[in-house]
Amino acid sequence: MATTAALHAHAPQGFIRKYIFSLDHKVIGLQYYFLALVAVFVGMALSLLMRIHMIWPTAVLPLIGEIKPETYLSLLTMHGTIMVFFVLTTAPQGGFGNYFLPIQIGAPDMAFPVLNMLSFWTTFVGFVVLIAAFFVSGGAPLHGWTGYTPLSALPSAGPGEQLGADLWITSIAIFCIASLMGALNFITTTLDLRAKGMSMMRMPLTCWAWFITAILGLLAFGVLLSAGILLLLDRNLGTSFYVPLVVVNGQIMAHKGGSPLLWQHLFWFFGHPEVYIAILPGMGVASQILSTFSRKPIFGYKAMVYAIMAIGLLGFMVWGHHMFMSGMSPYSAFAFSVMTMAIGVPSAIKTFNWLGTLYKGRIRFQTPMLFAIGFVSMFVSGGLSGPFLAQPVLDIPLHDTAFVVAHFHLIMGVAAIFGIFAATYYWFPKMFGRMMNETLGKVHFFATLIGTYCIFMPMHYLGLAAQPRRYSQFTEVAYLHRLIPLNEFITYVAIITVAAQFIFLFNLFWSMKKGAKASDNPWEATTLEWSTATPPPHDNFGGHTPVVNHGPYEYNVPGAPRDYIMQTDPVTAEAH
Amino acid sequence: MSDVAVQHGLTGAYEPSLFGTYSKKIGMWLFLLSDSLTFGALLYAYSYGRISNPSWPTPFHSSSIINATFMTAFLLTSSLTMVLAVRASVDHKPKQQMWFLLATMLCGTAFVVLHGREWSHLISEGLSLPVFPSVPGAEASPEFVNVTRDVPQFPATFFGLTGMHMLHVTLGVIYLGVIAFRKKFIPVLLLLWLVAWLGTPAYSPFHYGAHVLLVAAIVCTVILWLKPKLYDSSDVEVAGLYWHFVDLVWMFIFPLVYLMSTRIL
Ligand code: HEM
Ligand SMILES: [Cu+2]
Repeated sequence: MATTAALHAHAPQGFIRKYIFSLDHKVIGLQYYFLALVAVFVGMALSLLMRIHMIWPTAVLPLIGEIKPETYLSLLTMHGTIMVFFVLTTAPQGGFGNYFLPIQIGAPDMAFPVLNMLSFWTTFVGFVVLIAAFFVSGGAPLHGWTGYTPLSALPSAGPGEQLGADLWITSIAIFCIASLMGALNFITTTLDLRAKGMSMMRMPLTCWAWFITAILGLLAFGVLLSAGILLLLDRNLGTSFYVPLVVVNGQIMAHKGGSPLLWQHLFWFFGHPEVYIAILPGMGVASQILSTFSRKPIFGYKAMVYAIMAIGLLGFMVWGHHMFMSGMSPYSAFAFSVMTMAIGVPSAIKTFNWLGTLYKGRIRFQTPMLFAIGFVSMFVSGGLSGPFLAQPVLDIPLHDTAFVVAHFHLIMGVAAIFGIFAATYYWFPKMFGRMMNETLGKVHFFATLIGTYCIFMPMHYLGLAAQPRRYSQFTEVAYLHRLIPLNEFITYVAIITVAAQFIFLFNLFWSMKKGAKASDNPWEATTLEWSTATPPPHDNFGGHTPVVNHGPYEYNVPGAPRDYIMQTDPVTAEAH
Repeated sequence: MSDVAVQHGLTGAYEPSLFGTYSKKIGMWLFLLSDSLTFGALLYAYSYGRISNPSWPTPFHSSSIINATFMTAFLLTSSLTMVLAVRASVDHKPKQQMWFLLATMLCGTAFVVLHGREWSHLISEGLSLPVFPSVPGAEASPEFVNVTRDVPQFPATFFGLTGMHMLHVTLGVIYLGVIAFRKKFIPVLLLLWLVAWLGTPAYSPFHYGAHVLLVAAIVCTVILWLKPKLYDSSDVEVAGLYWHFVDLVWMFIFPLVYLMSTRIL
């Protein structure tokens, strides 16, 4: 039997082992979270520069000067890469998953703590390498977050395609390795370290989401790693996997016989699962919060679990819908189209179950709940454009327009970010022992909700009016003149919305120091993290492993003494 | 159940683990799953190149095939000795276990050395990547030179796939070395690095490739410093899983890359 004293001796002493090279999943989770926080502000700054350049292409900005067309492409690439990899993949899974998966299943830590630490520091190195691309000669790459070949395979193709592109690929490869280590750890932990009574079907839906996300990561990142290695070979060893016979600036390159489509296949085989890697944890968080704040069991727990599984499975069969424009055979396009429509079914099941959970609930409109509802709203708004894009005939005119930008920003960008916000407001009391300020939280919520809708909804219209995406300048093009006022509107709203994020930043750091003290279970929730101390001790449960007697969402059980039964409550609390 | 709970000195019970296995084993199976997708992507790239090139060459002569057959034999033998090492570790026969691990490592090393000679030979004959410097004084065969010129995907996929596999075997030998000899293996590794680095001429890709050993030596030192523990039979079993997997991958590469590229007269 371990005594508390022994456990204290076990907890690492000294700043470095405790906060820098910590093996504690809670510290590592926070490290991931703050890395993502830095990344998201960098990414936001880049997006503002893009918006400014779009409507005032010749403006001279303080410090930065004039944004040249190629700089615009660098901004685009770095914005997308930072957001997709270092924010949407890092915060929900690496951050919250790391912190709360072990606690929610009753484990003292991840299955492989050393690996966990390595995966964070590898991610960190990947981020540094990516940012370094800004500062090398030629600057950051131009090829977008999807890195389409042959542009990305030819160092002579543009200024950012020299060392900057090598750094970009290296960073992605490093990120793949880090994510693989993380995924392996998450899966093993979920399979192996559940406390007595925590059967798979008693796991909170957050755990299910992290678990399936990890499986997607395990299967997808290995493929991207290979694709990246081959791209590095093309660039540096002169092979021609992705490069056909090409002429750059009048010069015939030494490559021949490769296929740019090979990259697209490999990339999107990873890329589509990746978009679900970004959103699934948000779905888990939304389920958890909607149930807690409606004081009702989640509607259709099993259906939710099977829907996550179905999304994970189908997610590997639809990558071709990003390639309708590539001249693929209409038969494959048809197959990919049908599969893509099919993935809408489990997505819709989840949406209906969320609405079913809200229905007749005694809803508590606190900030986490607002963001969870916002998540559902964004998921629906962004999801509805998906089935349009899934039709090859509709996608061909829409593919290269702002319509796609609207689709994926609403569903992946903003919805996943709302998931992160919801999780932050929800778990902040557990992580830091204090409550976040409600008023500031609500102001932040409404500013962000209205702001993001005003930014991205009009983009559907811009897309239908044929405003191309990835173009640095369009103000000189006659047929787009009438769209300039709408674009100006979007830019102004973007500036305001970004400014509103500083409310969140202030609230976050202010509440850490000055927020009201939080009790162990401020939301009256049921899952295991709320049954331990705040903040949780080094081994999560203070020397013992909890015993789980209940499912994750037992709210308002008739005959129970309170309106919620915690998972650790003794069996007798339930009336039979 | 994992050592994590034990490390934390926690009391209390856990749900039974998947198939009753321990965490490390599940972790290794998961790694192999993702690694098979990594190889799968490379094999996909190979098939893609092969199918989309109507004039895919088949230049290998019997000498290549004979060499590759010997390599295969070494790898298969190593799987056998690996099984025996696992058996010995379960039976608590440390001496035997050590010898069988050593035999496995030697077979693996033989594989890599034969493979390296094969590469050097092909490069000097003219099957090459654009960055490989030309071999001084070598007589290139027109056939291989043509292949390199007309279908650059052939050497690219050949060196890419087999190179990735060679890297896996090399890391496997190092892995087993650390399991079998722990810190005592680090100096051996450094010696091997020096031999491989200084023993190969500057135009050979292995001259630079040898630095993998140096990097591995550093990583192993860090790992042994972070977790200085005795390895038990579970570690041997898990290492065995990795080793058999690498062997299995070769069973795909050998027919696809060698046998299907043979000149049939
Ligand atoms: C009912 C569900 C969905 C359907 C039918 C759907 C369909 C599509 C289609 C057909 C495209 C290709 C458009 C084009 O490039 O021409 C697309 C792009 C995209 N989708 Fe979805 N989608 C769905 C859900 C999601 C979700 C849940 C996410 C992320 C969380 C997502 C993220 C993206 C992204 C990031 C892109 C664009 C990538 C790029 O080209 O840069 N989608 N979607
Ligand atoms: Cu997709």
